[in-house]
Amino acid sequence: MILALLLSPLIVAALVFVLPWPRLRRAMLPLSASIHFLLTLSCHLRSPAAALQGMLALDELGLLFLSTTSTIYLIVSVYTVGFLAREPAGKRRDALSRGVFSNAPETIFIACLSLFLSAMTLVTVSQNFGILWVGIESTTLATAPLIYFHRHNRSLEATWKYLLICSVGIAIALLGTLFLSVAGQLSAHPELGMDLSALLSAAQSMDSAWLRGAFLLMLVGYGTKMGLAPVHSWLPDAHSEAPSAVSALLSGALLNCAFLGILRMQQVLEAAGMGSFGRELLLVFGLLSMLFGALFLIGQSDFKRLLAYSSVEHMGILAVGVGVGDAGVSGALFHMVVHSLAKSLLFLVAGNTLAAYGTRALAEVRGVFAHRPGTGALWLVGLFAIVGSPPFGPFISELVVLRAALSSGQWLVAILFLGALSLAFIGMSGAVLRMVQGSGPAPRLTTPEPWSSLAPPMLLAGLVLLLGVWLPAPLTTLLHDAARALGGGAF
Amino acid sequence: MWTEFALMLLVLANLRLLGGSRLLACISTAAFQGVVLGLLPLTVASWPLDPRIVLLSLLSLLIKGWGLPVLLRKALRETSVNREIQPIVSLNLSLLFGLAVLALSGWLGSRLPLPTSASALGAPVAFFTLFTGLFLVVARRQALTQVLGYLVLENGIFLFGVLFAHSTPWIVEVGVLLDLLVGVFVMGITLFHINRAFDAIDSDRLAQLHDLAVQRPSPTEPTE
Repeated sequence: MILALLLSPLIVAALVFVLPWPRLRRAMLPLSASIHFLLTLSCHLRSPAAALQGMLALDELGLLFLSTTSTIYLIVSVYTVGFLAREPAGKRRDALSRGVFSNAPETIFIACLSLFLSAMTLVTVSQNFGILWVGIESTTLATAPLIYFHRHNRSLEATWKYLLICSVGIAIALLGTLFLSVAGQLSAHPELGMDLSALLSAAQSMDSAWLRGAFLLMLVGYGTKMGLAPVHSWLPDAHSEAPSAVSALLSGALLNCAFLGILRMQQVLEAAGMGSFGRELLLVFGLLSMLFGALFLIGQSDFKRLLAYSSVEHMGILAVGVGVGDAGVSGALFHMVVHSLAKSLLFLVAGNTLAAYGTRALAEVRGVFAHRPGTGALWLVGLFAIVGSPPFGPFISELVVLRAALSSGQWLVAILFLGALSLAFIGMSGAVLRMVQGSGPAPRLTTPEPWSSLAPPMLLAGLVLLLGVWLPAPLTTLLHDAARALGGGAF
Repeated sequence: MWTEFALMLLVLANLRLLGGSRLLACISTAAFQGVVLGLLPLTVASWPLDPRIVLLSLLSLLIKGWGLPVLLRKALRETSVNREIQPIVSLNLSLLFGLAVLALSGWLGSRLPLPTSASALGAPVAFFTLFTGLFLVVARRQALTQVLGYLVLENGIFLFGVLFAHSTPWIVEVGVLLDLLVGVFVMGITLFHINRAFDAIDSDRLAQLHDLAVQRPSPTEPTE
């Protein structure tokens, strides 16, 4: 089962190169995404057998991340089909810099998307720190060509920054992985290996200095990929220059995978009885990211960068939630799910706006609701969801994290958390409301909006609303079980 | 004995990378470092040799000593750029930095509680190589030198792994090596694109993207 999950996107990636018809090639995307989604669903019903001598297996934490990834990928893949069909072939003029550019070959784009899904699946099913590293590094390599889909200078610059910064970051995480291996050798069982279960059972007797070093290096390394401030500098560039469907996947799925890397190490710390060391560091990095992201939201001039900085802020919320501990952990995991839904929704809507107006400048887009009612309404829904207003999912998750901070007496954390959230509220709502309301110049695209660009974000909006008013029992159980693995509690 | 000799060679290679002024020579030095690193697992292992260690050694020799340098040389040849290193921090200062970091690494290595080690020099040299790589990424202007720095950084981590992390299964080690190869390969492809778009692989030109600024048409954009 696990191997099927990993291999099905790879088969598609290979098929794309031999299929002669463009329409069929594009249809492979939602097809493979559906297969992946169904396989993931079946994992919920029956826990799959471990593969590769136990190095690949699916625990609750992995299953939660896998389900989120698979859902987002399925919905975005439908959007991508429409996006690819509307992309003009050949050379054209760049609306922003007046240069001439063309697209990367579509086959490569589709193949890399499939590889990306496979790499993310590998991250979620890995039970071995080496495999985990290989998976996260592979996501970097698979996404670099995706960011450089529109082949102009700006996307090239973004790709270069992404490749270099993330590669160096992940190299540092590899050093952290080796530190963990040394910590294992200095324990009571020197022939421990790198499997998570073995490390967890021997964690008590490990050398604490090496464990601390390992966590620190993995936090910085995987944190670079996750977009934690101050090592987030690649994120706004890559998110703003990539095609919007890719930005949606980066924010909605890729950042989570890097977060999972940090969580796995936190699991080892918890088992070693050093959980508070990891939680304190997560709190510091998380609050820093929240404040940093929120500050850059205010006065932002580009709506895709706005969403990117909002991702930095929300990654901060995830880190703070785990750092607070207890119910905060399950709150953070729930926030991971709803943030992925809300942020992908917003990026898809941003893609619609960019296609209609041909600009990313916030100042040049006015009265979206009057000209493009569908997109305008979805902007509003996305805005309310992402700033955490009821009745959407993020409201619940942020409340859980805040309550956990208050009930454990972490007043300073609660105040900073609330402060950053209000700053982000001001920054986001000011910018988006100005764009959506009122009247302004008509967009250059006046054709009615196609269903393929409205239905996927609508579905995401429905899901994020649904999770705000009703939590299905299986999801609650999954969240609580996953939080327990991290030493957290139920909400 | 051989291990100590190899480690000294690695230190010298690092210093040459920090002080070298020609790109081609720096690539050769990195290749030399790759060869030494490829042979290192053989000097650490006990006789008779485990076939898996021999295989791993051969693979890393092939990738680090031959594959990646050939790729970088090809990038240099086809991009016809300035073949001098363009430092942000001057070469003399870089060397001085190298010596300071070497001392720091020695102190760091002596402080850490290490498992039964092959050589007391191992940890300091690994850290020194790592810091050299990081420094090259930050303190050199060309994109190609940054790739070189990344390679040296990975060399340092590889060295640490060979000396101290014996518990990784071979499939993971092979995965790590392959990832490194593909990583530098993707970077190489990006280098070609950068060269075509900007007529120079100079990462200073890559400075259009930032906050709070209106996007201006860039003078280097091809207008055909």
